[in-house]
Amino acid sequence: MTTAYSVPIDNGSLIGDDLPVYTRKDFVSNQEVRWCPGCGDYGILAQMQKMLPNLGVRREDLVFISGIGCSSRFPYYVETYGFHSIHGRALTLASGLKVTRPELKVFVITGDGDGLSIGGNHLLHAMRRNLDLTVVLFNNRIYGLTKGQYSPTSEIGKITKSSPVGTTESPLSPIKIALAAGATFVARTIDRDIKHLEQTLDAAARHKGISFVEVYQNCNVFNDNAFAAFTDKEVRQDKMLYLENGKPMRFGSNNEHGIRLNGFMPEVVHDVADDSSLIHHDTTANPVLASILAGMDYPEYPVPVGIFRAVDAPTYEDLVSEQVAHAQAGGTPDFNSLLRGGETWVVD
Amino acid sequence: MTTPTLTRPEQRVEELERVTIRFCGDSGDGMQLTGTQFTRTAAVYGNDLATYPDFPAEIRAPTGSLPGVSGFQLSFASTEIYTPGDAPDVLVAMNPAALKTNVGDLVETGLLIVDEAEFNAVNLKKAAYSSNPLDDGSLAKYQLIRIDITHNTEKALAETGLSVKDKFRSRNFYALGVILWLYGRSLETTTRWAEQQFKRRPDVLDANLKALSAGYNFGETAELFHARYEVKPAPVKPGVYRHISGNEATALGFVAASVKAGLPLFYGSYPITPASDILHELSKLKSFGVKTFQAEDEIAAVGAAIGAAYGGAMGLTGTSGPGLALKSEAINLAVMTELPLVIVDVQRAGPSTGMPTKVEQSDLLQAMYGRNGDSHVVILAPQTPSDCYFMAIEAWRIALKYMVPVIFLSDGYVANGSEPWRIPDFDSIPKLEWKYATNKGGFFNPYERDPETLARPWAVPGQAGLEHRVGGIEKSSETGDISYDPGNHHRMTMARKERVERVAREIPPTEINGPDSGDLLVVGWGGTYGAITSAVNRARGRGKKVSSLHLRYINPFPPDLGEILSRFDKVLVPELNTGNLVWMLRAKYLVDAVPFNKIAGQPFKIREITGKIQELLGESGPYELGFAPASGLSGG
Ligand code: SF4
Repeated sequence: MTTAYSVPIDNGSLIGDDLPVYTRKDFVSNQEVRWCPGCGDYGILAQMQKMLPNLGVRREDLVFISGIGCSSRFPYYVETYGFHSIHGRALTLASGLKVTRPELKVFVITGDGDGLSIGGNHLLHAMRRNLDLTVVLFNNRIYGLTKGQYSPTSEIGKITKSSPVGTTESPLSPIKIALAAGATFVARTIDRDIKHLEQTLDAAARHKGISFVEVYQNCNVFNDNAFAAFTDKEVRQDKMLYLENGKPMRFGSNNEHGIRLNGFMPEVVHDVADDSSLIHHDTTANPVLASILAGMDYPEYPVPVGIFRAVDAPTYEDLVSEQVAHAQAGGTPDFNSLLRGGETWVVD
Repeated sequence: MTTPTLTRPEQRVEELERVTIRFCGDSGDGMQLTGTQFTRTAAVYGNDLATYPDFPAEIRAPTGSLPGVSGFQLSFASTEIYTPGDAPDVLVAMNPAALKTNVGDLVETGLLIVDEAEFNAVNLKKAAYSSNPLDDGSLAKYQLIRIDITHNTEKALAETGLSVKDKFRSRNFYALGVILWLYGRSLETTTRWAEQQFKRRPDVLDANLKALSAGYNFGETAELFHARYEVKPAPVKPGVYRHISGNEATALGFVAASVKAGLPLFYGSYPITPASDILHELSKLKSFGVKTFQAEDEIAAVGAAIGAAYGGAMGLTGTSGPGLALKSEAINLAVMTELPLVIVDVQRAGPSTGMPTKVEQSDLLQAMYGRNGDSHVVILAPQTPSDCYFMAIEAWRIALKYMVPVIFLSDGYVANGSEPWRIPDFDSIPKLEWKYATNKGGFFNPYERDPETLARPWAVPGQAGLEHRVGGIEKSSETGDISYDPGNHHRMTMARKERVERVAREIPPTEINGPDSGDLLVVGWGGTYGAITSAVNRARGRGKKVSSLHLRYINPFPPDLGEILSRFDKVLVPELNTGNLVWMLRAKYLVDAVPFNKIAGQPFKIREITGKIQELLGESGPYELGFAPASGLSGG
């Protein structure tokens, strides 16, 4: 009697010589895209479809899992395996799938309501476990699908359909949460900078362990221009800080501004010659500096985008598989002896 | 260690057919261990038996307090028995609190053994006794045996050099020794077990065995008992036996199913009483490829199981009633995506937190109807601890074959109860059928159903050409794409319902205990099996035309059920709820079934079912359970 240790699917090696040459088109499904015209989601989908052919993963080994919300329609539009689950729970499905099928490349698509409100608990726990999942959180600071209520990332005082005289709640910072929960890869990008978006998605997908990407995404119907003050092309260089590993934290069209620390507080220096700017190291295990960066917000500071943190740590599913392998080191177990394990007696 | 000589020559030995003993004491007194050890000894001797542990609600209530009392009841017999007994013949009470909470159940003239040293002023106060019941005559209707268990144990361990506190911990072995003597049992089984258990603590082993033997010798020499008792072995089938509790059997059954299916088992669960033991058991069975996932909450537990099922593994989740409520939305996702999923609900007393350690069967309607939309799942209910093993395999057989969620409705009585189990032949269990979809080229429709089972194809990631999307939104039966088409939703809903109903085609003929027609049929499900069977057998012993049947398949019902019901004049449905199954039976079969309900956190006693049977047969007047209405409830 043999025992199944893994799901009996023969899908060969993940990256081999026989990997087909894909183009963007191979990842475009036949489904009609139903987002509002002008929605930031289009850009994210396009960059994902552009990035996937070069990832070195077979199409059939990719799975996109989502919850509920505008962003969660994403799996319908990518030509691979997709699971449009229920509100807030995409990460739970992804966790069970990844533990039993570690060889698959699993993406989780979520939003600020789905991932931080109804599914907030799962986000924390998937992060601390360090499952090898790529989580893309579309942050538009509004509930779009339900037509315009405030979300957990809406700024305090925001007027929406459910807060006609302004909200009375402070917003969550997804990056701070990710860092606090111990996510091993934490990044932020914006829908309007497609090059940065594609690079960030690519780096996230290649990270082994949980990768969390917050995308500032414009909902042009219910929260138009929520990020325009710093993401517009004309102001971007001056209002955003592009984090690059090993590089000083400088910004401005002529790199004339920098970020340095004053005690525990970041401060902006406006001097081309100043060399006191912090150097960004995303591989630093200690998340303190990354957390300080996460606390920098517009308009007081330039908004940091890029990779805040990318560190190595064993994944949950590998540790689980190791325990199983260890338990099986003695050879194939026999169920009959399990039934007879412990105290038995014979009646003749 | 040798067993002391068995009897004094003048000692009278009375033969009994059946004895029910309850050990009770503070939760720190080791009563579960004492009960379990006596059970093992009786089983090895060849008695038939049944046990029921009654845990306190608190983990560590203050020592000696009423809420801290823990009990373990067992019944052993020379004939076949089905329950741990209505009322104990023997009560061992280790302190005043244990006496107070349990003595009311002891049969009149029953044997009451107490540790008299514990009946001091402090403990009496904790148990709210104003005078010492051992002295005030209030226990006159019982055979009171006072033993200074505490000091006798201390004396026996005088040489060990253990502290007074440590010596106190061996009292339960002393008490066990006394009872083993009383029933003429050898110390061998307990000795062997203790040698294993305390391998690394030779001082503890030595103390426990000394206390055990001192208790035994006390029985021998103290001349406190009028007689010793003998309960002969029961005529049981030859074979290799072991003990099994319901939760253990459930875990074993799931792993058996995994081996028979050749698929890995994934168990997502959040700790909850009384289901946690399934998580504990399965987490030990990694050598069978089992992966357990202690989720952050109930929803994550079922979500992860669905994810595992989607990937082609056997996704399993387990919980109790409150957790089933939390899982309901996700269960519906499995209903909609038509994935094989097994959900265990070890029911407990509700609603809300209810009484977590107490038994009830009040989740049947939740399992049946507690989800949004027209949501059909298969529901199975094991009836005894060992039946959990077979029904766990059956749950997976159905889930895999029909691509359907199956709720496995256990209860605290079945889950925590244990019984001797003739170890079944594993090799004769057939392989479990399942199939992954394969790429046949061309268009792949994820909802193209098997014409026989109506199962949709299990298209797991990793296979080129089968890329597709599933989800909670209604899908077209033709393409698998999102569909709001009215006709399509009607068709898909009916197909999901019909797929569950088709499971009935494979349900074996319903077993009837007794003749297949008569004056009264008693219908039950789950842990009430023993009490109902015993009461019905007794009624037939009185010459009454009473039969019973126990439903292990609840949704769908067995196909022969309606016809069987119609062959009896009356149908009685005893349940530990306000009427779940009876409601379903009345709705489906238009039968005037009579409910009989107990919602006390305790199992049925045989005599309670007997009382109701007598009422329905006109042997006696209306039967009421003996719960006095709370003041104010009756409206004066
Ligand atoms: S409501 Fe907003 S987020 Fe949703 S699709 Fe429309 S623009 Fe995009």
